[in-house]
Amino acid sequence: MTYTIMILGMAAVTVFIKASLFVAGDRVSFPPLLKEALGFVPVTVLTAIIMPMILSPRGQGLELSVDNPQLAGAIAAILVCALTGRQLLTIVAALAVFFGWQMGVMG
Amino acid sequence: MDSPHSGPTKGASLAAGARDTLPMLVGAAPFGVIFGTLVAASPLAAWQGQMMSLTVYAGSSQFIALGLVAGHAGLAVIWLTTFIVNLRHMLYGAALLPHVAHLPARWRWLLGFLMTDETFAVMSGHYARHPRAPMGHWYFLGSALAMYGNWQLWTLVGLLFGAAFPQLQSLGLDFAMVATFIAIVVPQLANLPRFAAALAAGTTAFLGQDLPYKLGLMAAVIAGVAVGLALSRWRAGGLTRERTA
Repeated sequence: MTYTIMILGMAAVTVFIKASLFVAGDRVSFPPLLKEALGFVPVTVLTAIIMPMILSPRGQGLELSVDNPQLAGAIAAILVCALTGRQLLTIVAALAVFFGWQMGVMG
Repeated sequence: MDSPHSGPTKGASLAAGARDTLPMLVGAAPFGVIFGTLVAASPLAAWQGQMMSLTVYAGSSQFIALGLVAGHAGLAVIWLTTFIVNLRHMLYGAALLPHVAHLPARWRWLLGFLMTDETFAVMSGHYARHPRAPMGHWYFLGSALAMYGNWQLWTLVGLLFGAAFPQLQSLGLDFAMVATFIAIVVPQLANLPRFAAALAAGTTAFLGQDLPYKLGLMAAVIAGVAVGLALSRWRAGGLTRERTA
């Protein structure tokens, strides 16, 4: 019973965070500086989420070595994306390098 | 009926959103299984684990709650932690609001409830490429429902068969998410303030990765946005001076 209450409370907190601004809709208008700041949110948050997964995939400090397939795959992704601008090709190439690296270099 | 000039239909947009989220589904799957497995080893009943995935639907906070339950934390601590860990979703809401503000309230509730890191990533990429897409909310729904169904399925698999996948995390399937995020971010970096913002955020996130409750992530966003704003202000100031000189 307590766990059910815990879960429902977590759900209430989370839906408030996720949906409150959407639900407020047109009633909230951000000042220009905040609007400009929000324009930087996608690139910052997405980079922040993946950087630790690339640079220290084992969670043990910086892993700038050939034993890091995440780093190899990420470098491939950045190069392919910057050169071709094609999203699907980027993902496929990155996954190929990542799994190939795991099997070839480290296997 | 849609004329040939009105762009993709609702169904086509829904399917496109789900399709473009596919690598994220692969990336999230092992975490769903691991979550289900951990529930099976926790004091929670299996149905409560599924209920958490169905109603809370925020992976990191679900994992952390299990850890706090194991540590006999009180309800207030668990709810406050949930708040802090999930706070980043409010930024997602703020950033995507201009694209959904015109929708009926039931749409905004639904899309808000279904927001995740992955769907935010997909949608920020989609809106960057198609800022005026009239069927953007169907694409959004397609991406969000695919993530939601995927999370429910893999939670259930973990609850039922978790013990059968002991080495799931070492497969590195979450790299599919990394690859997709890179494909979304890199095209947006052809602009010095954004590039510097991403660099600052990535550096801060790396340095702060051991901070609890995703505080390193929040610090990274603040640092990145501050650098980006400062640079774009400085450039705008430089341009004004050149014009007036």
